[in-house]
Amino acid sequence: MSWTETLRTGLAAVRSHGLRSALTVLGILIGIAAVILTVGLGLGTQKDVSAQISSLGSNLLIVTPGSSTGTDGVRGGFGSAATLTRADAEALASRTNAPDVSAVAPEKTTSTSLEANDTNWTTSVTGTTADWLDVRSRELENGRFLTAADDTDRADVIVLGSETATELFGTTRVVGQSVTIGDDDYQVVGVLAAEGASGSEDLDDIALVPLSTASEQLVGGNARNSVSTIYVQAASTDQLSAANQETTNLLLNLHGITATDSADFTVSSQDALVSTATAVYRTLTVLLTGIAALSLLVGGIGVMNIMLVSVTERTREIGLRKALGAPPWAIRRQFLVEASVLGLAGGVIGAGLGIVAAHVLPGLLDTSIVVSGAAVAGSVVVAVGIGLVFGVYPATRAARLTPIDALRSE
Amino acid sequence: MADVFDAFPSTSTTSTTSTTSTALAEPGSPVIELVGARKTYRTGSIEFEALRGIDLRIEQGEYVAIMGPSGSGKSTLMNIIGCLDTLTEGDYRLAGDDIAELDEIDLAQIRNLRIGFVFQQFHLLPALSAWRNVELPLMYRQVPVGERKARAAAALERVGLGDRVANRPGELSGGQQQRVAVARALVGEPDLLLADEPTGNLDSQSTADVLGLLDELHQQGRTIVLITHELEVAQHARRIVWVRDGLIQSDEVIDR
Repeated sequence: MSWTETLRTGLAAVRSHGLRSALTVLGILIGIAAVILTVGLGLGTQKDVSAQISSLGSNLLIVTPGSSTGTDGVRGGFGSAATLTRADAEALASRTNAPDVSAVAPEKTTSTSLEANDTNWTTSVTGTTADWLDVRSRELENGRFLTAADDTDRADVIVLGSETATELFGTTRVVGQSVTIGDDDYQVVGVLAAEGASGSEDLDDIALVPLSTASEQLVGGNARNSVSTIYVQAASTDQLSAANQETTNLLLNLHGITATDSADFTVSSQDALVSTATAVYRTLTVLLTGIAALSLLVGGIGVMNIMLVSVTERTREIGLRKALGAPPWAIRRQFLVEASVLGLAGGVIGAGLGIVAAHVLPGLLDTSIVVSGAAVAGSVVVAVGIGLVFGVYPATRAARLTPIDALRSE
Repeated sequence: MADVFDAFPSTSTTSTTSTTSTALAEPGSPVIELVGARKTYRTGSIEFEALRGIDLRIEQGEYVAIMGPSGSGKSTLMNIIGCLDTLTEGDYRLAGDDIAELDEIDLAQIRNLRIGFVFQQFHLLPALSAWRNVELPLMYRQVPVGERKARAAAALERVGLGDRVANRPGELSGGQQQRVAVARALVGEPDLLLADEPTGNLDSQSTADVLGLLDELHQQGRTIVLITHELEVAQHARRIVWVRDGLIQSDEVIDR
């Protein structure tokens, strides 16, 4: 009996019990679709996070207060300590101190309410310097950005993100308008271009004021001179590690700390942030995929169950085939092929369903799902494998039936 | 690939085909030769001797009925002759081949090449059309599909069902179904046609029909062994072997 004959027989057997086969296939296909979706969701989230981190700018080092506990450069957490100051940022900006650093942008961020023409909007207001625009790789839609003079003068000027402008004024053409924060009026001098592609709305819902203005009017008290983050841009990708070294040494020096271990700040590169985030999401993905794989196991047990029923039901057919000269392995192969057909059907339909869901769900759930070709191909192979593995026992049972007993069964 | 997975290597098919033609060419040579055949079944500690020393020789071209009450060992004898079971003791030669020592796979091959079965229950596969049922024995040899279809059609023509090739068993009467089974038994050109109560499930008209067909096949030189408990059926044969308590009680040739 050739392979094509066996396949034809297997397909006929599967088709002759349509509903039963369909339910068995359903068990497999749910498992396969779940695996493809969880893997896709994991990959999609990793991609989103990477994109978000890259959208901060290029060749960036991010200096945050608080110490790192990891040994691999993994950020231990944002410290609440106000250990970074404006002076630190100015020291880093000096070419003599840090020759591989091209630009520095300190950020002092607070969340507050903006008011314009009786419209209120709460957003994060960041005090920063003129270099911010370059460091964060942003562009202006109209107007101008903050200048060094604004900072020196502690000018009451503000640059709005496109979304913030729209929320307050209904338009982005708002240069010259006035925004009130607390008791002070700020003049809008520019509006940032939307960062649409990154998919993160935070980038467009911001407001920027001169750092000196922020220290004076928005965040007073003890935190007056502190900054929450310093973005340090290396002159080129090749100089990134040198810039990292210079930044670390300079800050240790300024803070009077001798041991690197007791640093009161953390310098992270974008790569380190990406790999940290990726590691977290990878663990999550593995966990979810494991759960999805369990449902595949259940599907496999379903295949075994149905194949055992099929063998019992067709005992007489097996006896007849044996009487007519089918050797045991031909019988075994017939049932293995039948089980694989169930697995293959589940795999292909499940993969199709997974791919469709991967295109439909992101629109509904606001997450990215990346369908990986390897996951799809792997799932189909696994599905056929499940059919085979769970078909072995029923097929062997069929092959072991003696023709006399099988023929006599009712 | 087909060679590896085909049930029987083509060499053995060739050699057996030549044996078959030799056997058919020489009427009078033994098809079945049982010497001191014993079969003991063991269930736990209980032993049951189904066959207690049977000597039986059936020549090429004979039409033999094996009769006996239930429990006589008649069915066991049929299983032994049909190579569905092996002897506990004694010798069995089928068309010259000693098959006492063969394993399951070799027995399957012998059944496929040497024996055509007709069962009381027909044992047709309900999902397959008549010709798909008939071609089954050829499928377990290396016969290409075109030849299989032609030979199946010819065998169906031979049993008078040339116009029912594409019908499924459910669309045929009992008598027609049993004729399909006879066609399936014939299609592989076996040395022996082994019919186990072939009319047990048929009405009198279909019985006459099927027995007439067996008579015709006998006249064409087929070797037929018929197992039955009905005398009218047995009387179509030319020789009746009575089995009782695992032994041959009588063995008589019917003169016509």
